[in-house]
Formats: sequence, C-alpha cells, structure tokens
Amino acid sequence: MMQRLRGVPLAYVWRNLLTRRLTTALTAGGMGLVVFVFATVLMLEAGLRETLVETGSPQNVIAIRAGSQTEVQSGLPLTELDALSTQPQIARDATGHPYFVRETLVLNSLPKKQSGQPSNVTIRGTSATGLALRPQLKLASGRTFRPGSNEIIVGRSIADGFAGVAIGNTLRFARRDWLVVGIFDAGKTGFNSEIWGDSEQMQQAFRRSGMYSSAIFRLDRPDHFDALASAVKADKRLTIEVQRENDFYAAQSKVMATFISILGLTLTVIFSVGAIIGATITMYSSVANRVREIGALRAIGFRRSSILLAFLLEALLLGLVGGLAGVTVASGMQFFTVSTMNWQTFAELAFSFTLTPGIIAASLTFALAMGFLGGFLPALQASRMKIIDALRTA
Amino acid sequence: MSTASVSLQHVSKHYERGGQLLPVLTDIHFDIMPGDYLALMGPSGSGKSTLLNLIAGIDQPSGGAILVGGTDIARLNDRELADWRAANVGFIFQFYNLMPVLTALENVELPLLLAPLNRRERRERALFALDLVGLADRVKHYPSELSGGQQQRVAIARAIVSDPALIVADEPTGDLDRKSGEEILALLDTLNRDSGKTIVMVTHDQKAADAARQVRHLEKGELSHLEIRQ
Ligand SMILES: Nc1ncnc2c1ncn2[C@@H]1O[C@H](COP(=O)(O)OP(=O)(O)O)[C@@H](O)[C@H]1O
Ligand SMILES: [Mg+2]
Repeated sequence: MMQRLRGVPLAYVWRNLLTRRLTTALTAGGMGLVVFVFATVLMLEAGLRETLVETGSPQNVIAIRAGSQTEVQSGLPLTELDALSTQPQIARDATGHPYFVRETLVLNSLPKKQSGQPSNVTIRGTSATGLALRPQLKLASGRTFRPGSNEIIVGRSIADGFAGVAIGNTLRFARRDWLVVGIFDAGKTGFNSEIWGDSEQMQQAFRRSGMYSSAIFRLDRPDHFDALASAVKADKRLTIEVQRENDFYAAQSKVMATFISILGLTLTVIFSVGAIIGATITMYSSVANRVREIGALRAIGFRRSSILLAFLLEALLLGLVGGLAGVTVASGMQFFTVSTMNWQTFAELAFSFTLTPGIIAASLTFALAMGFLGGFLPALQASRMKIIDALRTA
Repeated sequence: MSTASVSLQHVSKHYERGGQLLPVLTDIHFDIMPGDYLALMGPSGSGKSTLLNLIAGIDQPSGGAILVGGTDIARLNDRELADWRAANVGFIFQFYNLMPVLTALENVELPLLLAPLNRRERRERALFALDLVGLADRVKHYPSELSGGQQQRVAIARAIVSDPALIVADEPTGDLDRKSGEEILALLDTLNRDSGKTIVMVTHDQKAADAARQVRHLEKGELSHLEIRQ
C-alpha cells in the first residue's frame, strides 16, 4: 500500500536553511557551543571513570584500615598484615609464596613543570610482587628499581608534568635523594601519576615503623572474594577492610565525577537556555519571512500538520547541524589530557577526555531537543495562520 | 440535485475586527456550471477576493452553503478542506506565490506530493505541465531567474498539474505588463476551451474580463446579473 506522506519536501526545508546562511550558521553555532560543553563534560567523566576503573583488576584485592577512605589515610600494623597474608583465598606461586604485597603510600609535593607550583604526588613503596600484580604497568624506558635501594621509577604523567623528573636525575624527599631509574606507562590508569620505590626503604625514610598503608593481593579465584571478605570481617583481631581493587578506585573518583557533572550540567543548562532562545528567534523570523509562502502551501492543500512538521524539521536540522559541529570539535579534545588534584586522595591524577558512542548519541539527542524546543512555538504559529490572512501579507 | 460545478446558496460573509462587524457579502446566490469561465469584476474592496476565497475553500462563509459536487464545503473541517482543495482546486495568485528556494519543476511538483503518485510519475506530469505553459526549457530555473510572466506561467502549471476541475485566479494579470498579461489570458482561454476547466477569475482589468465567457459585477456586497460573452 502506498503511504501518502502529504509532507512539504525536505529540499524546501533544507534549502531555506542554506539560503539564510549567516543566520543558520550563527544559530547552529550557538547550539554547537552548548553541545560542545555538554559533550566535553561527559567525555571528562568517562575519561575519569575509565582511568580509575582500569587502575584496578577484579582479581586483585586491596586491604586498608576499616573506615579509611583512601590508602593514604589508612594505617595497618605488620601483625595484622601477616595474619591477613595467611588467608587461604590468596593466590600463591609455585614455591608457596603468596601474591601479597604490603605498600606504603605517602603524599609528597613536587614542583610542576609549567607553573612551578608544588603539587601533591603519590609515592608508593612496593616490591617486585607489587609490580607483578599490576601487569597494566609497563616500563617505557630505563629499568625497575632494585630492592633495598633508593631507586625509584615514575609514571608517565609525573615525567611529563613535573620539573626535573628524568632518568638519571635525583628527586629529594624525606631527607634523602632518590635516583630515577625508569619511567613507566600504566595505560590509562591512575598509577601514571605515581612514583614507585622499595616499600621497606619508604618505611624507613618516612619513619613509618611498621605501619603500612595497604596490602594488595591476588585471589586464587575471583569469586572467592566474598568468602575472604566475611573471613576478614569475622576475625576480631583485624581492623582491616577488603575491597576489590577496581571497586576501590572507582569509589575514589566519585566526588570528582559528581563535581564535574554538576558543574558541567549547570553550565549546559544555562547555555542551552540561551541557545534555545536564539533558535526561537531565528525560527520566528524564518516564519515571518515566509508568511505568503505558508499561505500558498496551505491553499494548495498542505495540511496544518505538514506546515508544523516542515518548520519543526527546519529547527531540528538546525539543531542537528549544531550538534554535529559541537561533537566534531569535542572529539578533538580526546588528544588532551587533564591533570588535576583528586580531592578524595589529595594526589595529582591525570586522565583524558574519552568520546564514546553513547556520548555522541546523547549529544546529538540533546542538540535535537534544543532544536525542537526552539522551533516548537514558531512552527505552531506557522501552522495556525489563517490562509487568507497569510496570503494578504505584503 | 444540481449539475452545477459550484452552487452558492444565499452566501453571506462578514469580518469581525475589533468587535466591529464588517459585512462584505450579502446573500450571494448563483451557480457556476462545469466549463464556465467567469470573471468577477467590481471596484476595489467590493469583496471579489473574498467571494473567490469562499469558492476556493480557503475561507468559510458566515452564512449559506457552497455546494461543490454535492458536498457543502462550508461544513468541512480544516483538514477535510485542505484535502478537498488538493484534489479539486488550482490556484493562481496575483503575485505568483512560488517557493523561491524551489526550481520551476519542483514548484510545479508541489501539489503532486499530495496525490498518490511515485517520483517518476510526479516528474513526468510536472514536465508535461511546464511544457504546456511553454517553459520546457526553464525547468531548472529558480523563480528569481524568471520574469514575472514566466513566473506566472509556472504558477499556472502548478495550478493545473494535479488536473483539478476548478481553477481560481485572483488578478492573475495584475502584476504583469500588457504582453505577459495577454499570454496568461491566452493560456487560461486554452485551458477552458481545450481542457474544459472551470475558471473563476477576479479582475478589474477590462481586457481580462473580455477574455472570460461570463462576467459578474460585485457592488456593495451584492452581485449583478450575469453578462454572457460569445
Ligand atoms: N481578513 C480580513 N479581515 C478583515 N477585513 C477584510 C479581510 N479581508 C477582506 N477584508 C475587507 O473586506 C472587504 C473586501 O475585501 P476584498 O474581498 O479583498 O475586496 P476586493 O478583492 O474586491 O478588492 C474590504 O473592505 C476589506 O478591507
Ligand atoms: Mg482582491
């Protein structure tokens, strides 16, 4: 069966936009700007989430002091860690050695390359096992630190962002000089913003006397986590709380992610009101300039609904053009990395803008929604005109 | 039952502006027969356009009935009236009212979008209509690239392309020079003579009125007797 659309041709809609080139560009540009802000915020959130989720592995467990939010706040005595390391759910190597590492985390400030201002970086005392537990961390240049030495390796973001960080240089903190022997790349993870060295050396330098920040270990099977967690909870000697590593890092970004979305959405809402008003003005003038055409189309037999649809389509196209422009510019942001302080850990964290298909879809939908809202009243006005009045218009 | 193309029965029309009632037509009562070519004359403001708009179904009477093919179009709702116009009426306006962003061919195709035709059929019919008005070599031109007379010929092609029985023309030569005006009148004459179209034309141009086969005068909202030409 043939469907009779009774629609005004799309060419009519599209060419009217092209005819008013400047107005169209300005109006679409306004909406594009809003879409850009909107998409950028979502990309920032996605990048942050990706970074912190990838920092952890589901088979790894992190133990910190119950009630602490971060590794830096946490303190665990050696006796408790020794008791924890004997849990049967922990994976062991061929020699029966557990994949278990006690780590010492300290925040220390270093001058940033561009501003020269000091910023906090996380210094992590760990071991060969600690490196083995994070296969996503790969040496980009140099070598790893020797156990029992004052050698350190630094993450890519530290090497890029902080002054004087290079292989062969020394960094001074905790009244010692530390020799940089390697730079590592940990993919998109938060480890890139850390400095790693020998755990026992850090204990001494920072005078920790047997208080560690955390322990990281591998489960023999990922689904043994619940059994381990209840065993730890039941043991009255332990003040330890265990979490899957990826859950732990995701939780650390919550405050920042929330802040980004609230700030971003506030900006988006304010800007979008302006863009919608702009689209409304443009569409009202588009209607006003074509009153006689509307009258003629109606006389020929196009229904009110066809006129409504034609002007709505025009506004939607305007939004779509703006949306595509906004998303295109926003996609260029993928090449930028943001380095900022995570307020939950007080340490510097680097992450990038990440564009996902979901963000593209959301941005274009948002652009279409702005076009719809901007075009609705003018389109309604166009469709409600009396034919004879429209035709009498000069 | 009437054989008339259009039957106006005691039609009256008044406008309401600012609470004031402005009577324009009072008790208009006459028939237009199939194949008629009627010129409506009268001084400016006498209600010629108003009457034409009622016949064409783009305005509604305040009283009376307008029967076209047995249906009282005064009783149709907005959407039914739109569909009725699409199927039955071709419009020719004083200022052509073509869509500036569409080519001559696309303008002529517009009414066919309201008919159950595919793309190829639409194109063929539109080309045929443009050929009929002598513009076969101007199909790709935009209205701004055409003279007034050519634009009005495109408008005529648009008015006849869906083969409506009734063609209404409001001062079709009003904006044209003498020569172009004569060409338009010749076209209307052909449409009436050869294709049997019923034409109702509003004009205050005596030349145009002379081209029609019947003339009626409107004065103070009332219609004169029928003058019949050869
Ligand atoms: N939409 C309208 N609203 C109010 N008054 C109108 C309207 N259309 C026409 N009129 C009035 O009705 C009278 C007849 O108008 P019209 O039919 O256009 O005259 P003509 O075509 O004979 O010059 C005029 O006085 C005109 O001002
Ligand atoms: Mg008039």
